[in-house]
Amino acid sequence: MASVLIDSIDKNYGPTSVLRGLSLPIADGEFLTLLGPSGCGKSTLLRILAGLEVQDAGSVLIGERAVDGLKPKQRDVAMVFQSYALYPHMTVASNMALPLRMRRLSAFQRLPLLGRFMPATPRIAAEIDVEVTRTAKSLGIGHLLARKPGQLSGGQRQRVAVGRAMVRHPAVFLMDEPLSNLDAKLRVQMRAEIKELHRRLGVTFVYVTHDQAEAMTLSDRVAVMLDGELLQVAPPKDIYADPDDRRVAEFIGSPKINMLDGVVRERGLIDVAGSTLAIEADARAGEHLTLGIRPEVFHLADHGGQGALTGSVRMIEHMGSDLFVHLDLAGLDHPLIARLLAERAPLISPGQTLHVGAKPERVLLFGRDGRRLRRQVGSGRASVTPIREITR
Amino acid sequence: MSANTRSNRLLQPSATVRHAILLATGALILVPFVWMVSLSIKPPGEIFGTSFSFWPAQFYGIENYTKALTEAPLPRYMGNGIIVCATILALQILFCAPCAYALAKLRFLGRDLLFGMVLIGLLLPHQVLSLPLFILGYQLGILNTYAALIFPYVVSPFGIFLFRQFFKTIPDDVVHAARLDGLSELAIVWRIMVPMALPAVIAFSIFSVVGHWNDLFWPLIVVRDQSLMPPPLGIMVFKNEEAGNDYGPLMAASTLVVLPLVIAFLAAQKWFVEGMTGGAVK
Amino acid sequence: MSEPLALSSASGEPSATGSVRTLPSPASPTRRRAFTEALAAWTLAGPAVFFLLVLFFLPVIGIFVIALSDWQFGVRSFSFVGLANFREVFADPGFRTSLLNTVAYVLIVVPGTVVLGLLIALLIESGKSCRSFYRAIHFLPFMATLTAMAIAWEALLHPTIGLVNQTLAAIGLPTANWLRDENTALPVLAAIGIWQNLGYAMVLFLAGMKSIPQDLYDAADVDGADLWLDRMRTVTLPMLGPVSMFVVIVLAVRAFECFDTVKVLTRGGPGHASEVLLYTLYRESFEYLRTGYGAAVAVVFLAIVVTLTLVQAGVLDRKVHYQ
Repeated sequence: MASVLIDSIDKNYGPTSVLRGLSLPIADGEFLTLLGPSGCGKSTLLRILAGLEVQDAGSVLIGERAVDGLKPKQRDVAMVFQSYALYPHMTVASNMALPLRMRRLSAFQRLPLLGRFMPATPRIAAEIDVEVTRTAKSLGIGHLLARKPGQLSGGQRQRVAVGRAMVRHPAVFLMDEPLSNLDAKLRVQMRAEIKELHRRLGVTFVYVTHDQAEAMTLSDRVAVMLDGELLQVAPPKDIYADPDDRRVAEFIGSPKINMLDGVVRERGLIDVAGSTLAIEADARAGEHLTLGIRPEVFHLADHGGQGALTGSVRMIEHMGSDLFVHLDLAGLDHPLIARLLAERAPLISPGQTLHVGAKPERVLLFGRDGRRLRRQVGSGRASVTPIREITR
Repeated sequence: MSANTRSNRLLQPSATVRHAILLATGALILVPFVWMVSLSIKPPGEIFGTSFSFWPAQFYGIENYTKALTEAPLPRYMGNGIIVCATILALQILFCAPCAYALAKLRFLGRDLLFGMVLIGLLLPHQVLSLPLFILGYQLGILNTYAALIFPYVVSPFGIFLFRQFFKTIPDDVVHAARLDGLSELAIVWRIMVPMALPAVIAFSIFSVVGHWNDLFWPLIVVRDQSLMPPPLGIMVFKNEEAGNDYGPLMAASTLVVLPLVIAFLAAQKWFVEGMTGGAVK
Repeated sequence: MSEPLALSSASGEPSATGSVRTLPSPASPTRRRAFTEALAAWTLAGPAVFFLLVLFFLPVIGIFVIALSDWQFGVRSFSFVGLANFREVFADPGFRTSLLNTVAYVLIVVPGTVVLGLLIALLIESGKSCRSFYRAIHFLPFMATLTAMAIAWEALLHPTIGLVNQTLAAIGLPTANWLRDENTALPVLAAIGIWQNLGYAMVLFLAGMKSIPQDLYDAADVDGADLWLDRMRTVTLPMLGPVSMFVVIVLAVRAFECFDTVKVLTRGGPGHASEVLLYTLYRESFEYLRTGYGAAVAVVFLAIVVTLTLVQAGVLDRKVHYQ
């Protein structure tokens, strides 16, 4: 049981800076996901937590203890690797027993033949056996203990890797894209199992992925990373609905959020793509900003003009209950995508002119620097909950 | 990875110990080379004296090397080696590449049988075949000629195997595109496959040249005439018949025989290691 | 898989009778294309196939025929004599000595080369600096012309002026006439064999270590196996299992094929002390012209080498690959 505090971590590989002054507190028992495209530094950060890499500056605290000089085994962390990194020459049982053997048996007791005759070795070995069997059973791999990794399916290997991490009851679980080697169906199933595992163990999980579906379904909080920096740390629903940064809004959600350049005409009115929308913005007239409108925010409008966008239908994608309508708007070089209910499908055909509107309060506004412009209207729900509040 | 270089890894050989041991074993490995070169530049008096030094008091290299080059037809031996190795290599590539292409990219009745033949050929130690091949050479009347040195090696099962493995990694679409462009099958082999498989060709060339430059067994059997001898056989004859205990020139000749490959190796270490270990499938 | 020839012939196949063909007949485009492809394949492979047959398969048959007959080089008579040549070979104490010597030579060279090659590879890989320098030095003997290096070794081992004896004498150890003493001749040849092949084993082990995934070392670190020895035992050595098997077999085959050093340095002597199989084969076949005897030795030699290679390709390969 431990909280984790990442404090101003820098990491460079030669001239390339991979992490820049990154700070992130993680609460005890929290499931935190590091989400970002490949090369954003999320795996490096995880490896620094594990002690497999050494940071150039900053410090890591696990359970209020600075672990910077400590070796991986002294940090009370366990890790599940993307490739699982099971020892191919050992049985499942030996794979899972290894962390316990390394911890509880002395170097002499681990000697190949002699070790068996050292006092206490048989007793400790028997205890380890019992724990391994219990853990394996809890993961549903009890019947596989005598097999070698080469004889297991992808999902079974994944469970063995989790079992090897679980068996010694670490304070923090580190997982580096543990599901990316599985096929789509198994991935969904294992996702549920990892969620359940976290609920059962109640310890801190730090999970690295580039898959937003995994991040959204598993996490208590998601930390979105890009180019070695944290863009936002928030619960999944806030990451989606209330992004701090244009890049977060663009990274999360599929199809991608529509980004439209607009100019403030006067208070409460914004000119965009040949129309004017009634949106309250905390900006002066004449100021340029960007409107982020998720596809599902759009609804069909009866007529054009004020409050609606007008374009011609380029293409329609039927997705069952919904359809994605691609609209060409005047002055826009890429089409707008609107997600509409399929019931309206027969009425829309390519080439047709369509009017769509969006509820002003669901339109996200971003300044020219990409930061979110929040409206100071109504209640005090002005920004995301400060991080400190969550971490107690 | 920084994990490997962390200093507090108990029992890992420290850098000093590592260098000390490797320099010591390396020095031991090099002793025969050093001794050979050392003797090749010493006068007979120093060679047979009891003094103990690698560098001679009196530099006698010019005399020894001159003697090696004139008393034994050493340039001739080297020339023979080059002729034989080059011809063997050219013929091997000429015959192996089309066969490997057929095995890798064409479907035909008997392909598995042919590949089985190649694998069996890989398995056979060449020395076992020497007696029948000698008889064959005798029947053809080519014993004691360059042809005798060359003919057993004109096709190499290892070459076919290596090229096939490499050709298999080239996408079929490349072959299809070449056919649509109007290339004949033979043109595909020489203008598409072999250039694309250049790394394999280089590796095989090194493997082949090193093997045949160093071969003693077969030349010993089929060549009697000194003017046809490749370097290993030549230097052995030089030792037995002429040099006897005349160590200086003998060592000079040995140095000259070893030198070309050693220089080539030091110049292209990576390729040589690859070529020689690629041969490990045999 | 098509080719121009096949394409043109396929278009020239209208059904002149007007009847609809539902099954591919002998003249159907598919069949023709398959035929032209096979024709092209055999044309391309033709020369190689011819030489494989003449230079590999006929000689193998030939060696068995000679071994089972009384045929002698330069003699006209020919009749099969069954296993008479093999009986003669195995009854010959000289051959048995040769066989035992070869086995002894292999049993010294293989373990010696594997252990030293592995240790040097581990040492080179345990640090970052000078890797290719050390690799080059240790690999050098494998490249160098062995006949020439054997002559250098002879000078080193010379009873009076050789460096070996001079060194031993200087530090007060007994000296020997290494190549003329029947107790030392074979071990010295084996030492030269180790010297020559060590770099080869080292390079193969280095390649094996390169292919071990870094993830396994990371997992070992997290699991607590982070001392050098533990990492060796948990990851490096077990993961080198397959390549070790391979190295052992390849070295064994090379050791069985030992010839150059024997021919140059000892000619099998003193007595039969350093006589090895390939040297016996050479001498009986080409110096004494005892063709039948030589062929029988060749068959025995072939059996040994083929068995070794098949062992590697088959049984043991599967066992050490952890699948």
